[in-house]
Amino acid sequence: MTAFLTALALGAGYNTALVTIGAAILGGSAGAIGTFVLLRKRSLVSDAVSHGTLPGLALAFILMALLTGDGRNIVALMVGAAFSAGLGLFCVEWITRRTRLTEDAAIGAVLSVFFGFGIVLLTVIQSLQTGGQAGIAGYLLGSTAGMLRSEAETIAVAALATGAAIFVLRRPFTLVCFDEGYAATRGIDVRLTDLAMMGVLLAVTVIGLKVAGLVLIVALTIIPPVTARFWTDRPERMVLIAAAFGAAAGYVGAAISASDRGLPTGAVIVLTAAAFFTLSLVLSPVRGLMSGLATRLRFRRRVHERQGLLALARGEAIYDPLTIKVLRRAGHIRADGVATLEGRAAAAAAVREEALWGLYRRLHPDEAAALDHQGLAPIAKALPPDVVADLAARLDPAGAGAR
Amino acid sequence: MGIDFVVLSLVPLAIGILVCVSCALLGNFLVLRRQSLIGDAVSHVVLPGIVGAFIFTGTVAAGAMLLGAGIAAVLAVLLIEVVRRVGRVEPGAAMGVVFTTLFAAGVLLLEQSDTSSVHLDVEHALYGNLESLIWLAGGAGWPALLDPAALAALPPQLPRLALVTLAVVVFLLVFWKELVIGTFDATFAQSVGARPGPVGFALIVMVAVAAVAAFDAVGSIIVIAMFICPPAAARLMTDRLVPQLAWSVVFAVVSAIAGYVLAGYGPLWLGAAYSVSAAGMIATVAGLILALACLAGPRRFGTRLAARRRRQVLQSQSSISNS
Repeated sequence: MTAFLTALALGAGYNTALVTIGAAILGGSAGAIGTFVLLRKRSLVSDAVSHGTLPGLALAFILMALLTGDGRNIVALMVGAAFSAGLGLFCVEWITRRTRLTEDAAIGAVLSVFFGFGIVLLTVIQSLQTGGQAGIAGYLLGSTAGMLRSEAETIAVAALATGAAIFVLRRPFTLVCFDEGYAATRGIDVRLTDLAMMGVLLAVTVIGLKVAGLVLIVALTIIPPVTARFWTDRPERMVLIAAAFGAAAGYVGAAISASDRGLPTGAVIVLTAAAFFTLSLVLSPVRGLMSGLATRLRFRRRVHERQGLLALARGEAIYDPLTIKVLRRAGHIRADGVATLEGRAAAAAAVREEALWGLYRRLHPDEAAALDHQGLAPIAKALPPDVVADLAARLDPAGAGAR
Repeated sequence: MGIDFVVLSLVPLAIGILVCVSCALLGNFLVLRRQSLIGDAVSHVVLPGIVGAFIFTGTVAAGAMLLGAGIAAVLAVLLIEVVRRVGRVEPGAAMGVVFTTLFAAGVLLLEQSDTSSVHLDVEHALYGNLESLIWLAGGAGWPALLDPAALAALPPQLPRLALVTLAVVVFLLVFWKELVIGTFDATFAQSVGARPGPVGFALIVMVAVAAVAAFDAVGSIIVIAMFICPPAAARLMTDRLVPQLAWSVVFAVVSAIAGYVLAGYGPLWLGAAYSVSAAGMIATVAGLILALACLAGPRRFGTRLAARRRRQVLQSQSSISNS
């Protein structure tokens, strides 16, 4: 625990601190770009991208091993990974556009075939008798243990650069996500913007490989945006919240992972992000489980209140315990079940409301069906005043004539 | 093709073919239902399943592993539904959230538990070890196939996968009508009482069974590749379902054989003294077949793209005749 707190306060050595900060920046960038990709409904493209890096990684490793004797050059590996991931992305696009196959099939085909070919190349590496083979295995599941200072610095700087790119491109990204046609009329090249979006996604994936591993990096671009969606309906805020969740997951996850040997970085970061997701799923005020439950309970109470009041107005006895409870709470009836003065007034109002709504439904069935909560909301609030006045006039012509 | 082949290659080859065929058969429906990535998700959650089973039982007995993986797969499918419905998250993202989280949990459990004494690691779950499934009792060569004692010493994966393949075929035959209607028109299926919901779930369960039975022989990568590549390639060859299934089986068998042979002998032909991963090579060959189908499959455009191309051709012809 103390080791974790030390790491959290960046006190566990320069390298660990650098890795922790790097993971936070990376998580932030991944969350931000992931938001746009999610809004474009292409979340799983990043799965194809991340698996697509493997052949490039392996080829770059083989090339560097043959040229220099050591394949663990992080820049060369990143370039190789970016190249093959780009090729994978191109294949997904091409298959989706030029054949009848749908995008999910294209993604699945590309990710499995590229990964399979990468495995073939990995077995070639195993037989090469060269040093640093453990270095390449670290890219499968991510490992920050024993990361070189230069590697950590490269990751931090590159992650910062992608963050800057997202900041610069945020407006075209947002426009294209919501309305391609409108974006085009505003002079934005939709294809180019999509390309830039995928380019940034690819960059984030490649940079994150060493930290999170290629099987799990996809989680960093999916989970924080989905989490952010629970907290807001506005895209700008969603990007910021997703970046914050991603950064927090990266920071806390890397710190936890640094505190003990048996805690693989990628897995811990992803599980931290998943914990944020679960909390949001339960607690979110707009779309969460709890608020959904509260809404349902509120609705049930209102139904019981209305039915109880109607029964009061008709002078019928009420037996349902929940109805009795609701009416008593609201002060409509006394403990012995007799209606109070307020209760009788409320019952009369409820009868009139029902009559008005009934008339509205008969006169304008289509509009009534289009309304969501017909019947329980006060009609004066749900409909414009002139419609309500018209309904009232039709309901009792005598009263209208007197006025 | 003598004794060496029977001992070293016959069983891996047979297992490879069985895995490829069972996955490809089910994959046809996944591709048509746009659920291709369910196979991806299911094969990722196999890892937490087997690790959980190991921690729970303390053994690496096949039964416990398979059960654990199966439970994890069904749990994952249910969780995806929960996240999708409760959180109103789009299906792809819901899938991404669930399977990456479960996979991460599996990796963490594996690192935390003491599995150094047993053969259980992430690499194994990802790409298996087809080449190690040799049949030592087959030392007598081809006649060993008729020898009950030698047959009893077959790697247990072979009869297990044969059973699963049989189960897949029986499932498709029994639920054929419901599957087909539900795949092409779920609303109509509902209206005629073909129960698209339960049949769809049964399909996913069969996918999980096939993936779980296959992973410990060949790893999850080849499983994903086989769920998607042969059916996708077959889809580009024909417009009819039964021929599509036939094509996908042909492609699966070709991938298995060609991939295995290339992995075992390809490097030797190139003058190297080692072999490469058979599972990876099978996936690669399946990808090459799909690439060929994308470039030259007779039905690669489908109706929508074909109509657009016809229009373009007509336009260019009329502009030529005008000028």
